[in-house]
Amino acid sequence: MADTHSTVEEHSAHSEHSPYLRHHFDDMAQQFDSATLGMWVFLLTEIMFFGGMFGAYTVYRSMYPEAFASTSAHMNPLWGAVNTAVLIVSSLSMALAVRAARIGEQKALQILLLVTIFFGLCFLGVKAIEYHEHWVDMKVPLIGGHWDYSEAPQFARQAQIMFCFYFFMTGFHALHMVVGVALMLTIFVMARRGTFSPAYFTPVEVSGLYWHFVDIVWIFLFPLLYLIGHTKKII
Amino acid sequence: MELPLFPEAASAIASSVDYLYFYLTAVSIVMTAVIFAAVFFFAIKYRRRSEDEIPPPIHGSLKLEIAWSVLPFLVMLTFFWWGAQIFFANASPPPDAMDIYAVGKQWMWKIQYPEGQREINELHVPINRPIKVTLASEDVIHSFFIPAFRVKHDVVPGRYDIMWFTATKPGRYHLFCAEYCGTEHSGMVGWVTVMTENDYENWLAGNGSEGTMAQQGERLFGQLGCATCHQLDQQGRCPILRGVYGSRVQLQNGQTVLADDAYIRESILNPNAKVVAGYHADVMPTFQGQITEEQLLQLIVYVKSLAIQGAPPVSQQPAAAADGAQTPSQTPTTGEKK
Amino acid sequence: MSTVLQDPRAVETPNYLNQEYGWKSWLFTKDHKRIAVLYIISITVMFFIGGIFASLIRVELLTPQGDLVNSDTYNKFFTMHGIVMVFFFLIPSIPATLGNFFVPMMIGAKDLAFPRINLLSWYIYIAGAAFALAAIVLGGVDTGWTFYTPFSSTYSNTFVITAAVGVFIAGFSSILTGLNFIVTVHKMRAPGMTWGRLPLFVWANYATSLIQVLGTPVVAITLALVALERAFHIGIFDPAIGGDPILFQHMFWFYSHPAVYIMILPGMGVISELVTCYSRKGIFGYPFVAGSSLGIAIIGFLVWGHHMFVTGMSMYASLYFSLLSFLVAVPSAIKVFNWTATMFRGSISFDTPMLYAFGFIGLFTIGGLTGLFLATLGVDVHVTDTYFVVAHFHYVMVGGMVLAYLGGMHYWWPKISGRLYPEGWAKFACLLVFAGFNLTFFPQFILGYLGQPRRYHAYAPEFQVLNVMSTAGASILGLGYVIPLIYFLWSMKYGPKAGNNPWRATGLEWQTTSPPPTYNFEKTPIVTEEAYSYHTQKETHGG
Repeated sequence: MADTHSTVEEHSAHSEHSPYLRHHFDDMAQQFDSATLGMWVFLLTEIMFFGGMFGAYTVYRSMYPEAFASTSAHMNPLWGAVNTAVLIVSSLSMALAVRAARIGEQKALQILLLVTIFFGLCFLGVKAIEYHEHWVDMKVPLIGGHWDYSEAPQFARQAQIMFCFYFFMTGFHALHMVVGVALMLTIFVMARRGTFSPAYFTPVEVSGLYWHFVDIVWIFLFPLLYLIGHTKKII
Repeated sequence: MELPLFPEAASAIASSVDYLYFYLTAVSIVMTAVIFAAVFFFAIKYRRRSEDEIPPPIHGSLKLEIAWSVLPFLVMLTFFWWGAQIFFANASPPPDAMDIYAVGKQWMWKIQYPEGQREINELHVPINRPIKVTLASEDVIHSFFIPAFRVKHDVVPGRYDIMWFTATKPGRYHLFCAEYCGTEHSGMVGWVTVMTENDYENWLAGNGSEGTMAQQGERLFGQLGCATCHQLDQQGRCPILRGVYGSRVQLQNGQTVLADDAYIRESILNPNAKVVAGYHADVMPTFQGQITEEQLLQLIVYVKSLAIQGAPPVSQQPAAAADGAQTPSQTPTTGEKK
Repeated sequence: MSTVLQDPRAVETPNYLNQEYGWKSWLFTKDHKRIAVLYIISITVMFFIGGIFASLIRVELLTPQGDLVNSDTYNKFFTMHGIVMVFFFLIPSIPATLGNFFVPMMIGAKDLAFPRINLLSWYIYIAGAAFALAAIVLGGVDTGWTFYTPFSSTYSNTFVITAAVGVFIAGFSSILTGLNFIVTVHKMRAPGMTWGRLPLFVWANYATSLIQVLGTPVVAITLALVALERAFHIGIFDPAIGGDPILFQHMFWFYSHPAVYIMILPGMGVISELVTCYSRKGIFGYPFVAGSSLGIAIIGFLVWGHHMFVTGMSMYASLYFSLLSFLVAVPSAIKVFNWTATMFRGSISFDTPMLYAFGFIGLFTIGGLTGLFLATLGVDVHVTDTYFVVAHFHYVMVGGMVLAYLGGMHYWWPKISGRLYPEGWAKFACLLVFAGFNLTFFPQFILGYLGQPRRYHAYAPEFQVLNVMSTAGASILGLGYVIPLIYFLWSMKYGPKAGNNPWRATGLEWQTTSPPPTYNFEKTPIVTEEAYSYHTQKETHGG
């Protein structure tokens, strides 16, 4: 069914569409819709990934509620709160960045991306401080022998489980933050080159979705890891 | 050459499992035959005779779809119902079941009887008496499987699992480990010998010289230093153990738990997990890594035997009474997780 | 290009195969059809590797004693057979090959939504396979493909982490393929191709993609936790610190049960295509066949506990899982009835693909029915962990999925390669596969009820005759697999050239040349008819 005429027609229409249109799409709208749907589906897989850990956490917490409350008291809720605030602000700057891209404000876009990256790095910095504090306090069960829970020995065993969850869950989250920061740097470089315009800002939109998701995971992690047991007296 | 096609049925539930199996097989044969016949028949009757023939468009039939969804599901509900019945009936051992203890360890079964006999990869049981097997693992997950009895239960480390059966036919039957457990998984096999009541009594008498399990447990109690704190009849630094088994215990955190096999096991391996009200944590040392599952079971049988207030010390009790002197215990909550 | 043409088929039309040559044009391709070919080659290699392990297993089991290899080696054989076949053959099989090739074409699209992610999927698959093969070559892994703890996390002395990493990586390949299909089906259908006109192969792959996207991440995190526990000697599945090995089983089966529906739904999609084409008739009950794919996908997430009836799970959980497991059988039964009804008053031809479809219907029926035995609590206690289970899942995965894969490959071979396979040899191989398969696996139902446990290196001597029968069947089955490999390769050079539509099937993929051009359609097609409109098909001969 070779139909050379229509091929010629299509090619002459080439110059009319965005240079960013990929040829398997009919138009930019379809491309944008597909990209955003794709990112939503990817975020769904991320929910299931973290969900597995949240599920296991829930099982163990219901088995050992006091042990979990006791270990939660070892987290520094101040740092946790700082990180929560940092991420919420970074999500705000990200949302504004997407808006700037959409209306073609290049300078605002670049500044807001930098702000987002800055806060992302702040988050990672605080996590580094926290991990260091846990190391100093001998609260790292992963590296053999670096574990001391003499202050509440009746929970020493289950506390190891809880700290495993703490490190695994915040660790995977931090990994996602690192990817997020790298993504934002890439978007920033693209923005500097003038890639984005109201006609094409798909990467900004899609990265924004990713950033918001990583933020939301933290919103769940914070209370589950830092805040349990702070209202109950521990033995 | 031997070609067995069906296993022997040697337990009280074996034939009911077999009847259900036959029912499932019959329905399956009928369904398979129907489909095979239909496909075969249509393929021949409607074989293509000309390249130009155009079959009529037949889109479907809601009635048929409902019929062949609902009717098979109703038949399946009979499978479900009957299977659930058997499963439920076999879930809890009768209160007068005879106790046997089986520890699975890479790669052997170590059997202990309350009267003190010990076997490796061999189980001797009397006919027509319900037998309750308490299962424990020293290492990985195993599974205790006796095909002739149609029973199987996983043996999970870190807790006790219970299974029970009533053997109905004398003979020797396979015992298999049915959960892959490493190198010699297929070597973790043995025999179950079902004997008449008389033969069983004779066998009991001729075996086991170390004393009953309770006596062995009592010796351990001394050897491991438990007696220094857990004095039987007076309050020391540690709770009294006489009468504890089967009772409800109040913990430091306000909860109340049943003192069953699992509770005693945990108290020995992780004493700080459930501290009794009025006592302190970090007083009793843990015996994790210093005691085998078999020894734990001996200690539990010993503590069980302390159930009766004012009873004479176990070492003075005649061996044969040890298994009969159990309190009618509540069904332990071991093995019943999520 | 010759100007004097007698047979239009003798002209090399530009198509996706001859458009560009050279290894770079293949390894950096964005064309879904070339990526599908890359996958066909890769999964065929993995299939034969898995098959070699199967052969070794069956040879060892000729005798009751473990006398061919030692126990550790045997345990590695069945583990690696399972890992390779499940994660590196069955899970990707139809979606990554036939799905990749035909889903875009069937909906009238030029490619999948994300062609570069499609290529990335393949590279990720290769990376995962590299880790799995590394685990094999370095010395093997012996945990069983199910990686049960604490054996896998603490006791095994083999390359568990390497293998788990391989599976983890391969999981992302699966996720990305599913993601791509979902977005493609939602966003890239040609005008007029409504959801209700989609070929059932597309519905089946869509439902499979939902499972891939939702389920795979859970096994990813589960295996990651096992690997971390092994690496750092601490973790959440170790009973010594209050961890629960049964939690691992819940998490593992939460994915691995839906995974078995990944391993059958695409096959069912193929069968819908084959039965309609070779009955020259529209599917009976289209909405029910389409809907049942979704039904299986959804209910499939709710039944995982039926793998755990003897673990000491609560009575009530067991009841629930048993009941739901019966429910999930209903949509599968619906499909079988609808396929059979499609043949009623059809025009049936006996080309090889249709023979595979017949085989599927028969063997899947048996496999599915034996699943009911396993859902029945009272019987499952006896047969779980025995060869009964092994027979059940091979009936559905081999008798079902592999037959569907072979049927689909034969059906679409002319479109993929532009050549016809030799029909005589193909029918012969199909018969060998069917006969060999049944001889291999039917005796295993009997062995299972007799009590032979699975994963046994040595077995009780009275089981020998049935084991010998099984091995004999496996030899025939193996031959049946090798023959198509040979003639497919042969046909690429010496097979007669195929026309656009040698089967006179409906479906947009048959409206293009064989092989298709790189962009599939010169003009985006406009769809005006329902799927499988055989009764209004104009006479288009194969040229």
